[in-house]
Amino acid sequence: MSRIDIHNLWKTYDSNVVLENLNLTIEHGEFVSIVGASGCGKTTFLRMILGEEQPSRGSIEIDGEALLPEPSSARGIVFQRYSVFPHLTVLGNVLLALELAHAKYLCRSFGARRKEQIKRSMQMLERVGLGDAQEQYPAALSGGMQQRLALCQALIAAPKILLLDEPFGALDPGIRKDMQELVRELHQELGLTVIMITHDLAEGFQLGTRLLVFDKTRIDPQAPNLYGANVTYDLLLNSGSTDMSLQTDMQQTEWARDAETQALTM
Amino acid sequence: MRIINRRPATRLANFSIALLPFVALIVLYAVFSDIRLTDNPDDKLLPGLSSFVDAVQRMAFTPSKRTGEFLLWVDTFASLQRLAIGMSISALLGLWLGVLNGLIPWVAAGGSPFVRVLSMIPPMAVLPILFITFGLGELSKYVLIIFGTAPFIARDIEQRVRELPPEQLIKAQTLDANTWQIIVRVVLPQVLPRLVDAVRLSLGAAWLFLIAAEAIASTEGLGYRIFLVRRYLAMDVILPYVMWITVLAFAVDYLFRRMTSWFFPWYGTSR
Repeated sequence: MSRIDIHNLWKTYDSNVVLENLNLTIEHGEFVSIVGASGCGKTTFLRMILGEEQPSRGSIEIDGEALLPEPSSARGIVFQRYSVFPHLTVLGNVLLALELAHAKYLCRSFGARRKEQIKRSMQMLERVGLGDAQEQYPAALSGGMQQRLALCQALIAAPKILLLDEPFGALDPGIRKDMQELVRELHQELGLTVIMITHDLAEGFQLGTRLLVFDKTRIDPQAPNLYGANVTYDLLLNSGSTDMSLQTDMQQTEWARDAETQALTM
Repeated sequence: MRIINRRPATRLANFSIALLPFVALIVLYAVFSDIRLTDNPDDKLLPGLSSFVDAVQRMAFTPSKRTGEFLLWVDTFASLQRLAIGMSISALLGLWLGVLNGLIPWVAAGGSPFVRVLSMIPPMAVLPILFITFGLGELSKYVLIIFGTAPFIARDIEQRVRELPPEQLIKAQTLDANTWQIIVRVVLPQVLPRLVDAVRLSLGAAWLFLIAAEAIASTEGLGYRIFLVRRYLAMDVILPYVMWITVLAFAVDYLFRRMTSWFFPWYGTSR
């Protein structure tokens, strides 16, 4: 189980308020899409759940336990770029995840254990469609294949929560579709809790079981940084279906236009 | 066409143009040497090309009358050994200092400024100190090479470690890696090709320190020999020695460049 409880969460940088008094509960197995204009604090939010940044006030708990102030194996991550290690082959990248979990001093596994780990890595690679690319270095892979590898590497470490930071932002539309399909399947198979940041509103609707919109509720024109963002829409979605009326309704608001422009220019 | 858009078309043209300055230098030398030698057959300043052959024959292929050794090879071996030992220690030291300074904030807080200041001290200025503290033997020569190159290598590696995308370090942490594992599996393999580059670039300086140290206190070595025969104005020995040192330096440089593609096939394609 992996339930995330967020109480009165604030994040400020000096006098710049990014997130303001956020309260949220994410249940086990939910696929939460987060959308919002740039600078609305969604990446900051993800980084805090990841443990890369600490809340200024408030708390984040996973299954009732406070987060460690650094990243750990409880949370897996796929970034938009630089998520795989360029000096390791495709197989080496996935195998590394298993080796790091066991070989704390030698940093490498040997013998029967290594064989078993290679077998597991290959199964996972086959699952994401990279079975034939095992000997290649990431630089020889396309952007989509690199993201598949990153996903594979994150999932084999069996995290409770998978964080996705605009994982498909740099991909071509066709490949993006395939990747979305893969992520949806994996979410259903593994029963993970997934939190995904996206600039693509349609993607947020299609993939998520729940959609969160981050935006500022109060704006002081003289001091735009005085108030922080909060969750302005919290929608439960039927996974896979697209509620068109809601979507069009929301697209009329300012943040949606902003997000769309960005999705288009990417 | 503009000058910047014109280029030699064939490989042959490229090669011939590359040879041109060398040929010009040799011709120029031959002409001036000839002029001086017709004036005074005993001239020592610009000896004829044939006397180089004699000198090489004498230094490399005839046993020395005094010791029975082939001097050029003894000198070459001594110098390369000093260079190899000095640079190996320097590379190891620079690598670890650089990795720790680049990765661990508590080490960097004390180590980073210290290494930066160390690298500013002109190594030749501390040579007398090295001779006084470490004596005139091999040790002071190693220490000079290390002192002259290790801080540079350490700073370079530190910079490279800092340039690693932060995403990679975060990713490793989410795979449950501890600091030691991150160093061994993520950082070291990625900075090793950079280390080869850093060592290659600092070899020029290392030769300088080696020859300086040999010139002052030594009983064999390429630098020692050049400065020894200088007393007799023996240009016929000095010039072939200088060429030999150049060839050695060039060969080592070439070897290091090839090493990168042999050992790190992923490097250079990842960016």
